[in-house]
Amino acid sequence: MFVDFNMANKNIDLIKHRKKYFSLSIIIVLIGTILLSTVGLNLGIDFESGTRVDIASDAPLTEEEVADHFIQAGGYEPDDITLAGDNNEQASARFIGAMPQEDVTTIQSYFIDEFGEEPSVSTVSPQIGRELAQNAIIATLIAAFGIVIYVAFRFEFLYGVAAVVALLYDAFFVLTMFSIFQLEVNIPFIAAILTVVGYSINDTIVTFDRIRENMKKQDEIKGFDHLAKVVNDSLLQTLTRSINTVLTVLFAAVAIWLLGSSAIMSFAFAIVIGLIAGTYSSLFLAAQLWLVMKHRSLERQKNKPVEAEEY
Amino acid sequence: MGKKGLRIGAFFAIVIALGVLIAQTATDVARDTNLGLDLQGGFEVLYELQPEDGELTQEDIQSTATALNQRVNVLGVSEPAISVEGEDRIRVQLPGVEDQQTARETLGTEAELSFRDINDNLLMTGESLQQGGSQATFNENNEPIVSLTISDGELFGEITTELSQNSYPDNLLVIWLDYEEGMTFEEEAQKEDPAFMSAATVNQTLTTDASITGNFTLEETEFLADILNAGSLPVSLEEVYSNAVGASLGEQALQQTLFAGMIGVALIFLYMIGYYRFMGVIATITLSVYIYLVMIFFNAIQGVLTLPGIAALILGVGMAVDANILTYERIKEELKDGKSMKSAYKAGSRRALGTIIDANITTIIAAAVMFYFGTSAVQGFAVMLIVSILTSFITAVWGARLLLGLWINSRVLNRKYWLFGVKGRDVRGL
Repeated sequence: MFVDFNMANKNIDLIKHRKKYFSLSIIIVLIGTILLSTVGLNLGIDFESGTRVDIASDAPLTEEEVADHFIQAGGYEPDDITLAGDNNEQASARFIGAMPQEDVTTIQSYFIDEFGEEPSVSTVSPQIGRELAQNAIIATLIAAFGIVIYVAFRFEFLYGVAAVVALLYDAFFVLTMFSIFQLEVNIPFIAAILTVVGYSINDTIVTFDRIRENMKKQDEIKGFDHLAKVVNDSLLQTLTRSINTVLTVLFAAVAIWLLGSSAIMSFAFAIVIGLIAGTYSSLFLAAQLWLVMKHRSLERQKNKPVEAEEY
Repeated sequence: MGKKGLRIGAFFAIVIALGVLIAQTATDVARDTNLGLDLQGGFEVLYELQPEDGELTQEDIQSTATALNQRVNVLGVSEPAISVEGEDRIRVQLPGVEDQQTARETLGTEAELSFRDINDNLLMTGESLQQGGSQATFNENNEPIVSLTISDGELFGEITTELSQNSYPDNLLVIWLDYEEGMTFEEEAQKEDPAFMSAATVNQTLTTDASITGNFTLEETEFLADILNAGSLPVSLEEVYSNAVGASLGEQALQQTLFAGMIGVALIFLYMIGYYRFMGVIATITLSVYIYLVMIFFNAIQGVLTLPGIAALILGVGMAVDANILTYERIKEELKDGKSMKSAYKAGSRRALGTIIDANITTIIAAAVMFYFGTSAVQGFAVMLIVSILTSFITAVWGARLLLGLWINSRVLNRKYWLFGVKGRDVRGL
């Protein structure tokens, strides 16, 4: 029934096309940079001053109905209305600018009377959202620094650098996708990015662990092809594990994406694309980046005594 | 029954015992879990403290937090969380609060009572009120009023003596709640709903007893008395962030997410059993225990489960599965190398352990840094991730080894490669 992904004995060269992988990654980063600096992200009210009202009804809603309700509630005009739920029985309305407390109370009372259910209302002043995002970015960067130190200590400095490049790439990739699809970025999104970062580290370290193990078995590295073969073998040996692990985590993430509450749909989607990016970057970015950096540092070591003689 | 049977018997005894334990207590564990307000509905607000004059002292922050706490008690919320954030902010979280509007009003008012004359000159502040001396009661006309007890009788005596010598309207004592610069009695008195609480004629010298009269309902007077008893805030509060989640929306989010999570976990189990056969069954058992233990530990440290926490739990399940997969892949490799069941199991477990430890420690470092430097949402994620990873060592490493070891050492599995998802023809030397 199940195929055995018996990759270790197959003759696959994952290294050969590394320049293509690097180019692809660089192109994605470029596209991402352009998109993020032009189109930008669809920031939810968590990151922009604003108010969001989520309402739930027993019957399906339309955007016009919801807009009418807000006008009846006291002449409010939402800047954006989106529907959610299986039959559009949920709606969320966004207002630019923080809403005074009295207006929030009016809206809440109106919908309790109309629909019999209390709506969710959140308001944010601009500096809070920005601080939260900044805080998450700083925390991630410090975490990345901590990882480099640990990995440098347990493995070797170059592994740490490659691992961090991969994790930053993964986080950036998710941001780019959110910019392309203009999905709403909110506080749970930060948790999703952190999850992706956590997975990316885990995945990369497992691959590196195997490279380290196989490196120990080599007496001497004879040139680039030899080093490349060690990396390729290690990748193939861990490939089954990489595929199986990402598949199992994807099961959970996809289930939550498709079946979970609408509040965390974009969150689960971020995890899904992040997981795929994380697996890609461990195989095609981190390991291969390490290969190139390691080769250069070996070359430099070889050349050193020669240079010394010249002086 | 020889040694063989004993080991297998022990395996089933452990599995049945765990099964009974989980079945008996799972509902209690689920009930004990504190849900964040994104999952059960509730109200959260972040205030920025703005001192009336000059600098904000540590004392101001503390006494504001205390006063907010007392107000939360007035509201009767079961699991409130009040935390100071940064230099000048206080976050109040009221999960499950039913009347969000009252909650907002109760928290937000400064409850700064002031006694003024009709020209808005300050005569006395709320500080002269006796703590806990306010009460909702009725006057002789059976109208709801709030009776106050004044601690500084002498001062109040002087004020009232002076006022009582004037004639109407100069003998009015105006009581304001949260008077703001620029408000005037003259203006407010014209309005249908004036900003002051009451304006009562003073005909005689009063010392300790005063009352706030006005067109109140009983509920309003009770609310006012509670607020006054809870104490005023030393600073004014500005709402910089608020989030109110309707109870049904929160519940829906939880239901759907739990359902989706269960489907996801079921798929993981099926896949593991399909791919790793017998070892997959072991993984299924240890993963079930894993989820159960994570929730127990999480409750033990008084964690509050939020959506980011569920994200961390998913990642945790993923890493626990990964620990299983790493071990099983290694065992399969060793089996294909032609090793015996027992030595393949030993070598596979040992080699995988190094990888698991490095991968998990790196992630723990990241989570610890996030916890230390992050704010609420990030912290909730980090706590759950750390708990998950530590638990996965117990179940996915130690537990899986124990259970699998019982079978391996019983030797009944010897040469049954198909049970491990290894094809006989792939085994070297077979």
